Amino acid sequence: MSLATAPSSSADTQIRAVSVELDTVVKEYPGHRALDGVSLDVQSGEFVALLGPSGCGKTTALRAIAGLEGIDGGQIRFDGEDVSRTPTNLRDVGMVFQSYSLFPHLTAQENVEFGLRMRRVPAAERRSRAAEALDMVGLGERGARYAHQLSGGQQQRVALARALVTRPRVLLLDEPLSALDAKVRVQLRDQIRSIQTELGITTLFVTHDQEEALAVADRVAVMRAGNIEQIGTPEELYGQPATAFVADFIGLSNQVPGTVLGGQVELLGTTLALLDPSVPTGPVLASVRPEDVLIGAPGTGSAAIVTGTSFLGSHRRTRVILEDGTELLIQHEAELKTAVGDAVGIRLRGTAVGIRLRGTAVAVRPA
Amino acid sequence: MSHVPPAHAPKAAARTVILVLVGLVFAVPILSMVEFTLRGGLAGGYTLDRWIAVFSGQLDASYRPIWTGLANSALLAVITVLLTLAILVPTLILVQLRFPFLRRAVEFLCLLPISVPAIVLVVGLAPVYSVVARIFGSGVWPLSFAYGITVLPFAYRAIQSNLDAFDAKTLSEAARSLGAGWITVFLRVLLPSLRRGVLAAAIIALAVVLGEYTIASLLNRVNLQTALVLISKNDPFTAVIFALLALIFVGILLFVLGRVGSGTAGSGRTPKPPRAARRPRSAVAAATTPTPSAPLVPGASS
Repeated sequence: MSLATAPSSSADTQIRAVSVELDTVVKEYPGHRALDGVSLDVQSGEFVALLGPSGCGKTTALRAIAGLEGIDGGQIRFDGEDVSRTPTNLRDVGMVFQSYSLFPHLTAQENVEFGLRMRRVPAAERRSRAAEALDMVGLGERGARYAHQLSGGQQQRVALARALVTRPRVLLLDEPLSALDAKVRVQLRDQIRSIQTELGITTLFVTHDQEEALAVADRVAVMRAGNIEQIGTPEELYGQPATAFVADFIGLSNQVPGTVLGGQVELLGTTLALLDPSVPTGPVLASVRPEDVLIGAPGTGSAAIVTGTSFLGSHRRTRVILEDGTELLIQHEAELKTAVGDAVGIRLRGTAVGIRLRGTAVAVRPA
Repeated sequence: MSHVPPAHAPKAAARTVILVLVGLVFAVPILSMVEFTLRGGLAGGYTLDRWIAVFSGQLDASYRPIWTGLANSALLAVITVLLTLAILVPTLILVQLRFPFLRRAVEFLCLLPISVPAIVLVVGLAPVYSVVARIFGSGVWPLSFAYGITVLPFAYRAIQSNLDAFDAKTLSEAARSLGAGWITVFLRVLLPSLRRGVLAAAIIALAVVLGEYTIASLLNRVNLQTALVLISKNDPFTAVIFALLALIFVGILLFVLGRVGSGTAGSGRTPKPPRAARRPRSAVAAATTPTPSAPLVPGASS
């Protein structure tokens, strides 16, 4: 069933996962620099997500790797081989696009066969490999359909089969899920991850949806204005964001005013030790996750008034305002009910992680 | 198949009236032409003699311009269609994919001829054609250069609207990522997707060329229309018979082209899709009915 364990599994038909290196890649457009010296090492077989707001350069980076955009500086290497000047059709990559990209005049089966036809694979092998690839994405029965007879999710799955059937060196996914509705999106996301794990193919996945990136990727590269702001495992990005931008972009966070004094910071009445004790004494703003703020009875911690609350199934989010006018978003268990106008007490969880907004990023830990 | 007309559609009676009126507008001149060819001249009454003469090959040499004109028009039609498509299709694809900023300029250029009356065009073309004749000879086929210009606006609209209807950029990028070179992208991906537009452009070009009179006449070339006018000066009856035959010929041609162009998408090498999965049958129907966005077959959801 799988491509990796295909019956005709001679050495040249196996997935040949390669490492992908971007070495200070620059891409200029008139008036702005889409990639400003981006460097990125993707290990062979690794699943890396490029995450960032629109216009951050993540799609440009992916298209540069595919060869659909030329680059103005730096190098792109597959397993150490410089492919910066190799045309797309010779780069041997598989790509799935954001917009539906099935050839409308061909059936799903013929679409999947297209890449094999380009590689002059004999007809019989072509058909069996295409059928196998369609089976892999769960569309073995739909080979005779045209694109307009398939749902959006099915079209993207055919596109995935088409990209994988040639056993490319790298799989590039350019927001393949963004046109789908929420339920199909999660299904296909998990399917992509399980196929990728099974095949062991090096994969780059562009998305603006942080939940998507955290859910599927081995590592996530957060991009901003043509640069990679931070790259790390989902846990690292969430728990130890290197910059305020990453802290803000990954998950929700509150901006809490505090005071640094002698290697410690005081936030909402809780004293936390700074990881970098050299931070000068004075007022700071720290980023604090909604789940790291605790809500309690009035009199415990800082006094606050509830200004809004919403039930989200497994948990509840409550918005409060402190006496000094600071607004906070708090995530807590659903059983703890709050109502607008309630007086409550606010504390910080002892393990809270904060980011100083001025100067270098400094994480804090419990004192 | 439920057949519920939209709420704002005219009632059945109104539809019949509209159909009859429109039908009359087309039928009256054609029927009048038929009636005219059957007239017995000064003697009165009706006769089939002229139709018999045409079909039994009894026409003398004075009718030869008709055959010359027909052959010339057919040649001009073919060359014009090929010339227009060969220039326009790659140009529009290039503009769409690589030079989108040129789009307005190309559109303006292509639509310009529609605002220039044929007679004005000829005034400008006459000196040009004295040069053209020196290079290509004074045969009839160089006339297709001029016809290419008159056909341009119609062919442009047909192809451009087809290009706008699908994502040519993504499709060609997908094909390239799968290993296709530019020529393969053009022949195997873009051209098949453009089939309807190309076909519509060809049909319109054909109709325009076969009906063209002004340019051929003023540049002293013989085509079907100028031949018909010439013959009608001696024998208006037979000229009208040929006009009718030309109408039928073009009608059949357009019908055949429409059928050919809307055949199933897959080539003979590939299995045919199930009946329910076939594409709309005619290019015209396909152009006017929106593609169903929902899956056609039950259980086709993801």
